[in-house]
Amino acid sequence: MKFNKKTLAYCVAAAAASSLVASAAQAQMSDDEIRIGYLADMSGTYRDLAGPGGLTAMEMAVEDFGGSVNGTPVEIFSADDRNSADVGANTVRQWIDSDNVDMVGGLVASSVSIAVSNLIEENDGLAIVSGSAASSITNEHCTPNHIHWVYDTYPLANGTAKAVVEQGGDSWFMLTADYAFGHALEADVTSVVEASGGEIVGGVRHPFPTNDFSSYILQAQGSGAKIVGLANAGSDTVNAITTASQFGLTQSGQQLAGLLIFLNDVHALGLEATQNLLLTTGWYWDMDEQSREWAERYFDEVGRMPTMVQAGIYSSTTHYLKAVEAAGTDDPETVRAQMAEMPIDDFFARNGRIREDGRMVHDMYLAQVKTPEESTGEWDLYEILSTIPAEEAYRPLSESQCKLVQN
Amino acid sequence: MTQSQHEAIAAPSMVVERQRRAKQRRTLFYLALIAVGLVAPFLAYPVFLMKILCFALFACAFNLLLGYAGLLSFGHAAFLASGGYVTGYLLASYPGLTPELGIIAGTLSATLLGVLFGVLSIRRQGIYFAMVTLALAQLMFFVYIQAPFTGGEDGLHGVPRGELLGFINLSNNMAMYYFVFAIFLFGFALIQRTVNSPFGQVLKAIRENEPRAVSLGYNVDAYKLLAFVLSAAIAGLAGSTKTVVFQLASLTDAHWHMSGEVILMTLLGGVGTLLGPVMGASLVVSLQHLLAQSPLGNWVSVILGIIFVVCVLSFRSGIVGELAKMYRKNFK
Amino acid sequence: MMMIFGVPMAVLMGQLTLGLVNGAFYALLSLGLAVIFGLLKIVNFAHGAQYMLGAFAALLGFRYLGINYWLALILVPLVVGCFGMLMERFLLRRIAHLDHLYGLLLTFGLALIFEGTLVNIFGVSGARYSAPEALQGGMNLGFMFLPVYRGWVLVAALAMCFFTWFMIERTRLGAYLRAGTENSQLMQAFGVNVPLLITLTYGFGVGLAAFAGVLAAPLYPVSPTMGSSLLIVVFAVVVIGGMGSILGAIITGLSMGIIEGLTKVYYPEAANTVIFLVMILVLLLRPAGLFGKEA
Repeated sequence: MKFNKKTLAYCVAAAAASSLVASAAQAQMSDDEIRIGYLADMSGTYRDLAGPGGLTAMEMAVEDFGGSVNGTPVEIFSADDRNSADVGANTVRQWIDSDNVDMVGGLVASSVSIAVSNLIEENDGLAIVSGSAASSITNEHCTPNHIHWVYDTYPLANGTAKAVVEQGGDSWFMLTADYAFGHALEADVTSVVEASGGEIVGGVRHPFPTNDFSSYILQAQGSGAKIVGLANAGSDTVNAITTASQFGLTQSGQQLAGLLIFLNDVHALGLEATQNLLLTTGWYWDMDEQSREWAERYFDEVGRMPTMVQAGIYSSTTHYLKAVEAAGTDDPETVRAQMAEMPIDDFFARNGRIREDGRMVHDMYLAQVKTPEESTGEWDLYEILSTIPAEEAYRPLSESQCKLVQN
Repeated sequence: MTQSQHEAIAAPSMVVERQRRAKQRRTLFYLALIAVGLVAPFLAYPVFLMKILCFALFACAFNLLLGYAGLLSFGHAAFLASGGYVTGYLLASYPGLTPELGIIAGTLSATLLGVLFGVLSIRRQGIYFAMVTLALAQLMFFVYIQAPFTGGEDGLHGVPRGELLGFINLSNNMAMYYFVFAIFLFGFALIQRTVNSPFGQVLKAIRENEPRAVSLGYNVDAYKLLAFVLSAAIAGLAGSTKTVVFQLASLTDAHWHMSGEVILMTLLGGVGTLLGPVMGASLVVSLQHLLAQSPLGNWVSVILGIIFVVCVLSFRSGIVGELAKMYRKNFK
Repeated sequence: MMMIFGVPMAVLMGQLTLGLVNGAFYALLSLGLAVIFGLLKIVNFAHGAQYMLGAFAALLGFRYLGINYWLALILVPLVVGCFGMLMERFLLRRIAHLDHLYGLLLTFGLALIFEGTLVNIFGVSGARYSAPEALQGGMNLGFMFLPVYRGWVLVAALAMCFFTWFMIERTRLGAYLRAGTENSQLMQAFGVNVPLLITLTYGFGVGLAAFAGVLAAPLYPVSPTMGSSLLIVVFAVVVIGGMGSILGAIITGLSMGIIEGLTKVYYPEAANTVIFLVMILVLLLRPAGLFGKEA
């Protein structure tokens, strides 16, 4: 009983303390500093997708903004989430509790992003997810406190599958990673393929992760489908593509469709294995003059060309700082509203705007991987075939299950 | 043993007196530690302290098996994870459930898993035992990826902390801390009692010389199984508590690296000492925490590896073990 | 076409062949573990990392020194094997007199160091290593299209397994080794340099892992984490086979590859899990493993 009384006393004390903090945050700029946290996988699977390069992009954004907003200096905190929701959420909790971090950016592994956005909602903060793929982040997991920037699985599956069927690839064999993410991607692709007049003739669900794909590729070859769709991610996709090229899948007339594949994957796999692969991307460094200019500056700093995620981190950080400048405060709710007010049109996003579910929609691009003969340099990897307009690319709000969307 | 028996015959009153004093000193020492635990959240970030307490309890559970029964399990992550998943799933799906019931359910599930693992692995010894537990834990890892209730790769999120006993709101970090601290004390006391009970003595006898324990008529397998299940249950308790604190459960807890980490914590602090795992867990968790936010963040696993190597090569009694040795040498 | 449980015969044959190729890798790796364990009583947790080092050495050797595949196949196991001998001489030997569990923990720590360092230098995306010209392309076996390289892997791995078995079970050197582990003092009294023998054996086991790494380099992306996921499966293979026997490691490795291959046809979701299920079954029926002796 003594224990309970004591505990209650602490509750009261702590509650009083936290209300003090809250009232301080109402002031113009909390603690005379704008604090941004960069949370990403710095050493694991997604290191090359965002990782240290993403931090550099964020630093560039702050530097290009002059290092301060309306005279208030901007400080960046960074941490490695080691792809663990546990570590990520713990770090962000401390950023909020003891460092008064105003915005959390980066955010790559979907599990980390979902955990962090739950936490951010509970604490009335602000997060911008740039690296995650799961479209559920602004669907069933949406909150008023986070924005999903670069891409998600919906436009990737939608854009690629539709384009492939239109080009005559109307029979599909699906290689699906056997967990929630793979199943969702497979379902998205299936509905698009069927709506466009194609059909799914077979498929196999492989364990996650899988090292050896030879058996599944053999089954795909036996199916007679024109297209082999890869509803998996990361090392699984990479392994599947490598194996497919060893088994001469493309030579025997079948074609691969990568639904979730990034610049760093193509670079690592090499053009020999990936040539002619169709994919959807949110941005490509060589797509126009503006992009090239930024990408080359980035290249000088990092020594690799930026992925769309790294470019997106620059874009989202800049947009955040602009909103803080326009609103004159770093109060998360005000800034979130201000961000949605302003359209986004920079080197990264075209026709961009933030919807009420937190999805930043912008033009996406259908790209094809070049052949070794076409490529003129180490990073000359994609050819942009067409633009998918922002309003068509993403999941329409009418299909949304987000609690913030009135249907 | 024999020496103290001799002394007991020679001068019983003196020995009794000495033992009484030693016991007193120990009690004082533990009371001091509890006092430190009570004021700690005013000095440091409570969530961080809760993380340390959860891992300390996990390491203590592991140590019960390695330090006192001589069994190296390389699959303890499975118990941590199953406790966490079951608690998380129940609390998230049944909003009326209070956290203590969720934790009890999680602990029970880990206990059951412990029985299953134990029956399969207990007959093997040494390295075989380590590999069998590792493989079993790996099997559970696949189950957690596949099973719908764990959320697979995404994990379980938004587990409510809820209200303890229906009226203490745990979303307050201070209230949560003292709840976790109470759980830790309970788990620690349970281990302390077990180790110092006749059951604990038999375990140590088995560790030192199994054939001899058999020849003395002890049912060695039953003793080992009981120790294994107890260890699994406390590891599950740690996992369940952790889920309530962080409001999530993820695959990280089920990965075999987690089984490796708990070995490191125990080894660093001191295998077979009661406080060693607590010390080791505090150090490893603090280290990971500090490194994650420093430029050396990318080198966490390398640094952990180096600590492993140094510990094994020249520091096998661990910090607490070495301190105890020094103490015995200089003050006794 | 003939059907077996609803699957065409040709598809089944194809899957069996591929399973055999994977099995050859399992055999090679579990053989290395078995040699090290059988003779040194060390559970080499760094085996996966050493396999990865083999693949990396081949990749870097090609990239910076222009060493071709065939040369790498001979050089890399030697270099990585020597590296292993240094590990044995300066680290493992210092704990040889202790409980075997310390060997496991030490090698686990070393694996963390190797993997972590390479992740920091090369990232985790993985790099490609091309198979030599002579082994590119494929052959039509009638029931499937088999890339020549996979056929070569099978042949090379089996040849290496046979060589190892022959060395240890049928030569004088092998006899010394076996005797040295049975009673090292007696052997030393006979004038055999037992510590050197142990160092060489560890080096040989590590060399086997590196050899497997070079074989794997053209098949899978070469990345610092390629070994750690495989290691757990290989451990399960070793538990099933029973740790003592050289022949047991080879036979179990191959058959686990085939069982896994069949699972991929009939119930692909369980492909990663089936080996662990077999392991539990074996443990229930024969706690010492299929070829192991009761301790």
